[in-house]
This record gives sequence, structure tokens and C-alpha cells, in this order.
Amino acid sequence: MYTAVCVRSFRRYATYRAATGARVITNTVFGFIISYTYLALWQVRPHLGGYDLSSALTYVWIGQGLLSVAALNDLGALTDLQTRISNGDVAVDLYRPVDQQAWWLACDLGRAGYQLVANAAIPMLVGALAFHLRVPQGSGWAVAACWSASALALVLALVVGYAIRYLVALTAFWLLDVRGVQLVYFLACSFFGGFFLPVTLFPPVLEAIARALPFVAVFQVPADVFLQRYDAAGTLAALGLQLVWAVVLLGIGRLVQGRAVLKVVVQGG
Amino acid sequence: MDDALIEVEGVTKSFVVRRRAGRFRRTRTVVDAVAGLDFTVRRGEMVGYIGPNGAGKSTTIKMLTGILLPSSGRLRVAGADPVRDRVRLAQRMGVVFGQRTTLWWDLPLRDSYELARRIYRIPDATYTRNLARCVELLELEDLLDVPVRQLSLGQRMRGDIAAALLHEPEVLYLDEPTIGLDVVSKRRVREFLARVNAERGTTVLLTTHDLTDIEQLCSRVMVIDHGRVVYDGGLDGLHEQGRSERTLVVDLEREQPPIELPGTRLVRCEGTRQWLAFPASASAAPLVAALAGRYALRDLSVREPEIEDVIARMYGEAVVAV
Repeated sequence: MYTAVCVRSFRRYATYRAATGARVITNTVFGFIISYTYLALWQVRPHLGGYDLSSALTYVWIGQGLLSVAALNDLGALTDLQTRISNGDVAVDLYRPVDQQAWWLACDLGRAGYQLVANAAIPMLVGALAFHLRVPQGSGWAVAACWSASALALVLALVVGYAIRYLVALTAFWLLDVRGVQLVYFLACSFFGGFFLPVTLFPPVLEAIARALPFVAVFQVPADVFLQRYDAAGTLAALGLQLVWAVVLLGIGRLVQGRAVLKVVVQGG
Repeated sequence: MDDALIEVEGVTKSFVVRRRAGRFRRTRTVVDAVAGLDFTVRRGEMVGYIGPNGAGKSTTIKMLTGILLPSSGRLRVAGADPVRDRVRLAQRMGVVFGQRTTLWWDLPLRDSYELARRIYRIPDATYTRNLARCVELLELEDLLDVPVRQLSLGQRMRGDIAAALLHEPEVLYLDEPTIGLDVVSKRRVREFLARVNAERGTTVLLTTHDLTDIEQLCSRVMVIDHGRVVYDGGLDGLHEQGRSERTLVVDLEREQPPIELPGTRLVRCEGTRQWLAFPASASAAPLVAALAGRYALRDLSVREPEIEDVIARMYGEAVVAV
């Protein structure tokens, strides 16, 4: 059943072509702006934060590609949940014999799948044509391992991101208007997730804070896996970290959901 | 009772409401949305559940469907505790809210039904049969491939009702299913509900503000006000309980001073026409005879009380009583 939900969510997002187009263009344009900023920065300080120029530019375009996929600056499919909570429609959802958290995860993965195809591919391709980007290197085996690890890291990043956004959306049960929380989430995710700048560029204290937060698991970690910044053991540890965050955050989501459901009545008698 | 499907005994539900009282202080007030509710609905019954806004109708439905836990009292649906067995009971019930939708906004109606098939694990044969029936009776044929966001309210409502019935629920909760619909759509929805109830024996609990729904569908009506059932019985009984009145409309040959007739009350007097109210339970015959003896009459008719007036009076009294 959740597969069916996932497929329909994919199609639901596919109905808005114009929105997709606008996003692709925006992401591509921003990709160029940030790329030139990075170019300037890396010319002054080569190997800043341990990235060579090519890696740094790749980092930028991965960011533009994943911005929509990992929903770093919106709530993804959970925008719908948040709306349904605010207007009370969520009550109807609860009448169905489904697990809410799994239901919305399926919706969000469907959305991410669509955006991976529609939103991520084009900016990354344009970036690859305009700049010299880094692809996984080494023996055939190493390349294959890197691609599979990256795919896994991406899936885990999506789940962690979803778990955080689920909590953000659930705050609607108490706050009704979650725009404030959303804004905090966007900033936290972009800043501590390493989207604006890799966290390795941060002052040590700030980096330590960022590393202790789950946001790195949404962006920095999968990007670094793809850029082969970890050795084999490091990659496993990175994936493990993502997995731990996914489990912990989904668990918290479940607890909060239990409490939230008790609040359902408030909206729209 | 063996065939009782819904059993509600002394159920209360109170909410804590915090109100602003001064700059930082908040006062806590406990509000009883439902206060000592008692009723039983038998299998296959179609019951109208009415009451003014805020009377506790939706709260009752939320408790029956298991998304709200009663503060006290006992509540059973098909012998199960709705809160504890929410997911299992969800398989056996259908819910339609006039003002909410379960359909997927951006996708064709058909997709929402396909999804319902998976959610409720409806066997293929059952699904095909039920969908075909709903499509036929609710005239959905041309709408199946239309995205839900393009449907009119009436069409969407029919779509929602079909979605709630595909898994053949034993009990159907309808919260204002005809709200905002035009006359034709209302009739179509009512006819469909009547058939579902008659043919499948689906138990229906219907809340509405449209009393025509009740008159045409329900043999039994429960009136709730301030969280209590203030009336439970047939529609006819409502008239007695509501102390409703019938009206004699008297057309006189020529203008007369207001008529004074024992057992009646003059309501209106306009030219040669006068309106006299008398208790609905009293016979009109002696009054007519007395009038005919005293006045030269051109015409005379008896008007039955409007159900709406009866209910309005009942709501009004309950408010005064509290």
C-alpha cells in the first residue's frame, strides 16, 4: 500500500510542470552565482576546508541538485500535512487504518523521487557542462562502491530530513502557524547542514556543534560520501550516523505524534 | 441488546480551555463538550443526529471513531473500544465529512479509489463490484478521470461518499453530507444513502443542519444540546416534545376584529385573513365548527408545524434550562 502512496505522490508532483520548470531555472542560476563565489574564494585559499576546487564546485552543484530533493528549503510533502493540521482536515486522515508517519514518509519519498528526476538532473548536468566537476575516482570497484554508498546515503538523508520535517509539521498541532518554526528549520538545515558552506570551513567550535546536530546527515554527509572524502571505514561510520539519526528522529516523531493526536479536536469542531 | 452496534453509556468529554486574562495570566476553564451521553444504535438503523452548532455532535463522532478518548463513561462500537481498536475498527467504518475531503486533490478521482483499495485491502471482486455500483448510482462515470481539484462541491461530495463505502463498512458516519449542495445533488445523495441503508443494512449515523435530510432518511432522530441528548425517538414525537402548534388560516367574508376563540391563540391578523395557532395534539374539527357558527367564512385551511420551528423551540428551551 505504501508503495502505491509513493507512486501517487510522485504523480501528484508531476502535475505541476510550471513549478518544476521555475525551480530548475532558479536552482541553475543560483548554482552559477555560488560557483563563481566559490571560484573566487578557492583562488585565494586553495584547498579550503580540505576541498580542492573541483570538489568544491561539485559540492555546489550537488547542493543545487539536492535542494529540492532533500527539501532543504521547504517542507516537501509535509507542506500538505501541515496544511491539513492547520485546517483540521487531518482528523479525516486519522479515520483510516494507516500509520500516519509511514504514510507521509511514502508521500515524501514519492515527491523526492519526482524531484530527483525533474529537478536534480538538469542543474547538475548544466553544472557539469559549465565547470569541471568531480566524479567518483579510483578503480572500477572503488567507483562502483562510491556510487552505491552515495545512493544509500541519499536515501538515508531523505529519511532523516523527512523525520525532522515531520516534527516541524507536527508543531502545527500546537502553534497552528508553523512559519516561524519552518524558517528556523530552513536556516538550521542550510547552515548546520553545510548547504551554504561545508561545515569543515566553520570555526572548530561551530563545526563541533554542526557535527552534533542531525542536519549534517541531510546534506553534508551524503555530499562528502559522493566526493570520496571518507575511506571505507569512514563511509560506513557516516552511513551509520545517518541511520542512527533516522531511527532516533523517527522515534521522537512517533512520540510527538501520539501526543499531537490528542489535540486533534481543537480545529474545526 | 444483541443487535446493538453502537453503545454509549454516560459518556462525558471535557476540554481545558485557556483564556487570556490580563497580559500574562491565563485562566483555565473546563468545558464539557459532552456531558453524560446515553444512547444505543442498533445494527441497520439510520439515525439523524442533530443539534445546534457546538452542541457536541462532532465530539461524539470523534469519540465513536476512536480519535478522541472520552473523559468518562463507556463507549462500544461493534463490541470494541474505539480508541484501543481504532485501526481495526477503521476497517469496519466509513466516515464522510461534508467540509473535509479524503480525496487526493491533484489526482483523478480514480486514483483515490485505487488507494482506498490498498488501504482497506479490499478484494478485487468486491472492489470492482462496489465501485461499479457507486459509479452508477452516484453518476460518477464521467468524473473518474478528472482531477479532484476540478470537481464541483456536489461532485466532490459524491466522490467522497463513494470512497467511504468501497470497503463495505458496517457503519457509516456522515457529518453534514449535504452542506452547500444544490437541490439536485442533495436529492441524489439522499437517494443513494437510503439505498445503501436498505440494501446492505449499513448502519448510518447522520449529523446535519438540513432537516429535510432527516425527514427523508431517518426514522429516528436524536437531538443533542449542551452535550446531552434532549430528545430521542421518531420524528412525530418531536412535535409533541417540542409542544408544536398547528395553524388555522381563516379567510373571512369581510374584515372583522381579532377572533377570540378558546383553545387558540391569534398569531396574525391581516385584512380579511387571520392566523390562529392551536396545540398540534388537539383536534381541529371543533374549532372549525365553532368558527363556522360564528363567522361568515370564505375559506379555511390547517397548516402543519414546520419541523424547523419545532427544533428551534427545542434548542431555545434547552439554552434557557441551562
